[in-house]
Amino acid sequence: MSQKPVHELDAVVIRFAGDSGDGMQVTGDRFTSESAHFGNDIRTLPDFPAEIRAPAGTLAGVSSFQLHFAHLPVFTPGDATDVLVAMNPAALKANLSGLKPHGVIIANTGQFGDRNLEKAGYATNPLADGSLSAFQVFPVDISRLTETAVEGTGLNTRAVDRCKNFFALGLCLWMYSRPLEHTLAWIDSKFGKTPDVAEANRRALKAGYFYGETAEAFPVRYSVRAAALPAGLYRNISGNKALAYGFITAAHKLGVELFLGSYPITPASDILHELSAHKRFGVITMQAEDELAAVTAAIGASFGGALALTTTSGPGIALKSEAIALATMTELPLVVVDVQRGGPSTGLPTKTEQADLLQALFGRNSESPVPVIAASTPADCFEAAFEASRVAMQYMTPVMLLSDGYVANGSEPWRVPDVAAIPEVKLDYVPQGSVFKPYARDPHTLARPRVRIGTPGLEHRIGGLEKEHVTGNISYDPKNHERMVRLRHAKIAGIARELPKTELAGGDSGDVLLLGWGSTRGAIHGAGIRLREMGRKVSTTHLRWLNPLPSDLAEVFARFHMVVVPELNLGQLAFVLRGKTLRDVRSICKVQGQPFREQEIIDKVLELMADINVSPFVVDVLEGARALTHASLA
Amino acid sequence: MNTPMTANSDALPALTKKDFDAGVDVRWCPGCGDYAILAAVQKTMPSLGVPREKIVFVSGIGCSSRFPYYMNTYGFHTIHGRAPAIATGLKSYRPDLHVWVVTGDGDGLSIGGNHLMHAMRRNVDIKIMLFNNKIYGLTKGQYSPTSDVGTRTKSTPVGSIDTPFKPLSLAIGAGATFVARVGDTDAKLLPLILQAAHAHKGTAFIEILQNCPVFNDGAFDAVMDKKAKGDRQLQLEHGKPMLFAGGTRGVAWVRGKLDVVDVGEGKAAMADILVHDAHDPDPTVAFALAQWEHPAKPVPMGILRAVERPTYDGALRAQLREATDKGPADLQALVTGNDTWMVA
Ligand code: SF4
Repeated sequence: MSQKPVHELDAVVIRFAGDSGDGMQVTGDRFTSESAHFGNDIRTLPDFPAEIRAPAGTLAGVSSFQLHFAHLPVFTPGDATDVLVAMNPAALKANLSGLKPHGVIIANTGQFGDRNLEKAGYATNPLADGSLSAFQVFPVDISRLTETAVEGTGLNTRAVDRCKNFFALGLCLWMYSRPLEHTLAWIDSKFGKTPDVAEANRRALKAGYFYGETAEAFPVRYSVRAAALPAGLYRNISGNKALAYGFITAAHKLGVELFLGSYPITPASDILHELSAHKRFGVITMQAEDELAAVTAAIGASFGGALALTTTSGPGIALKSEAIALATMTELPLVVVDVQRGGPSTGLPTKTEQADLLQALFGRNSESPVPVIAASTPADCFEAAFEASRVAMQYMTPVMLLSDGYVANGSEPWRVPDVAAIPEVKLDYVPQGSVFKPYARDPHTLARPRVRIGTPGLEHRIGGLEKEHVTGNISYDPKNHERMVRLRHAKIAGIARELPKTELAGGDSGDVLLLGWGSTRGAIHGAGIRLREMGRKVSTTHLRWLNPLPSDLAEVFARFHMVVVPELNLGQLAFVLRGKTLRDVRSICKVQGQPFREQEIIDKVLELMADINVSPFVVDVLEGARALTHASLA
Repeated sequence: MNTPMTANSDALPALTKKDFDAGVDVRWCPGCGDYAILAAVQKTMPSLGVPREKIVFVSGIGCSSRFPYYMNTYGFHTIHGRAPAIATGLKSYRPDLHVWVVTGDGDGLSIGGNHLMHAMRRNVDIKIMLFNNKIYGLTKGQYSPTSDVGTRTKSTPVGSIDTPFKPLSLAIGAGATFVARVGDTDAKLLPLILQAAHAHKGTAFIEILQNCPVFNDGAFDAVMDKKAKGDRQLQLEHGKPMLFAGGTRGVAWVRGKLDVVDVGEGKAAMADILVHDAHDPDPTVAFALAQWEHPAKPVPMGILRAVERPTYDGALRAQLREATDKGPADLQALVTGNDTWMVA
């Protein structure tokens, strides 16, 4: 077999797309793992329908997985795809717009029959009618080739059909010069209990690989060299998994057990699943009867001394609000995770959005300040979970942790932390026999004292009614109420003392400061780099804490002509920043259930920067002209 | 790691009723049935042999839910309806604590109905006292989910139209393993029920008929009346025939239904009278009794049902133990996983 030539590439964006039953998420996961092992920098974007089995062959049923793997650092799953693997016509149609000019399409012709074409809304077969001439199309009858490959394994037609994603995976692994070993080993461990399925998948995988090697249709293969990541031991990690590990680690370092009260909800349920599997670490998980019970059971456990956690998405937060305020009033530690999704109401359960920020900050009755922290990447979830837990326990307060569908399900390489090197967090408990006032305050943190329930002599009552300062007795005194409102506020505001100075990528001053929070970090950071390459004076920074905000923010803002906040909502952080800093913060907004592309941010920034050069006089003239035009049209 | 056990738990000093009095002003209306219940609970607590610091009272919202403030134990006055869920979390995390829930007909059966139901289904080892006064007191007198049809209140000026819950039926239907009823002023029965509830492993549900002299005065007078109660209450005792009205009437199967019969010559024979079996795994009789109401039937009082079933918190701890018995958990191994690569 003659070796085909290998072309070197810096980065590739590949998208596997098919029916939700076609196993595209598995294919994507495996390709990700192979690329990670190979040493590439990677970012992924799984994208799937809310329905478990949406109607086969339809656009609504398309499930996809996008992977960006590169020799250079990457920050997003990629703006546009280089390669689209389309397992049926609907997958092609739904994803074609994201494909680069001259991009590669690998289409499973076995699924391009009349019925499927019709379901996808194609009048003629796009593989044959010339409409794809702008792309490089590789028609492969993956269905039939898979059938042939697995013949004799004794599987029924349905089961055989389910092997075709491994054929596609094998072909792509060949195409990008990746070995098969890890995936073969993975198949063994995953399907060990069903040897016939394992054998069929192995054969399909190899058949795809050898097909690439032998078929004349594929004249070259590619390779993407390993990235220069910092040295160390790496693994691939998703956001939800990193959160779970962060909480287990935090409980360990805080010297308490972790209690999770949760109610299943997309896209947060995987945290419940993950933590439920780790009873060995003393993790207690309770699948509650509803969101209210989930958070209140956690509050009960918190009263008992636990690191108490509840996990949900936006609609669940709405239900938990009253209980979170109880934790604020009783000053009990609690971590509330909101894995945001498109809304309002049920909205877009499997799609990402950042529109729960104001709910997190303000969505409770009365003055109920809650620290809010946001995770910015899948791996960052580990630290965010740890920080949220530490602050909750040290300051005796509920803490809101914002993630989103993109961070939760996306994955990236993670340098495995040395757990032993993470310092323990010492918590003080009121000793038996001491004079104890339930609402006395630590002079530094303003936290009230921590008591182990069950300690003789420290019996006391707490509750949702207003407390008298120091004694904790019920108090309706007007002055006391104001004092307590201000104390609760000061306690949370005081966390800002711990926050590091705001760090900027790019110059310390300039034309535009691009500021983000949460999962937009990669796109904003990448856009900033490219804008600077274009000679623009653009710096970027990212907020970890949304409440309290870093105290140097207004001062940093003052060093830039314009502050621009890209958000996957209609400008919620910008609204807050305007109020807090009195700066005319600009917004770049997107609410499509999809993360930002770097290019979208770049385009908008350039557009806004054009405004900087327009003098107020010109604006007035333009406005006047517009008004006149409107008047004459009316 | 947690669940600290205090060393001096075994050397119990003898406690008295006064030790359980938090010493703050009690703020229920004069004459409220809650006073009698509080007194009975404070009086009974020393007899349970549990150190004060191991007891927690958890409540929701409503007149009854002020209860924890008056008990000199650990206490948590929470939010409307959620006490059973908070107690479930607390007991699951701290099985060493004795957790009592105080709730009312509005708190427990209306806004918190779901949590009450699921606590009983799970059989969490908590003790739930539901003060039933058939009215909303703290919000000033609206009808409640246990108010009789036709109850006139500010929110139902021409009478309520919805069928009330029968709390004991609900409890039995939800799978409660301990179900009892007692009147607020029954100073003899109430301590006995509290002690039995404490001794029971699992959720104990106690409906306490409680008079609200301000908004629903006399709701239970007919049943609790000293002179008439012998005729109107069916006092249940495990292993004893179900008789009332001085033994002249009893409970028997009549044409396939549980019914009241006259006992004596030419009437039903003693052999026909059912013997109360609180431990009967079949809930049929208990459920039928739970349906009985004044005036059509005598009102069953005492322990209707006390059966054994594994507790939620017990099973949870067993799973934890099973997992931790496999050897020390390696946090580094967890975080590292089994699919790694080195970057040099
Ligand atoms: S309103 Fe009724 S139930 Fe409430 S305290 Fe007054 S008398 Fe008791």
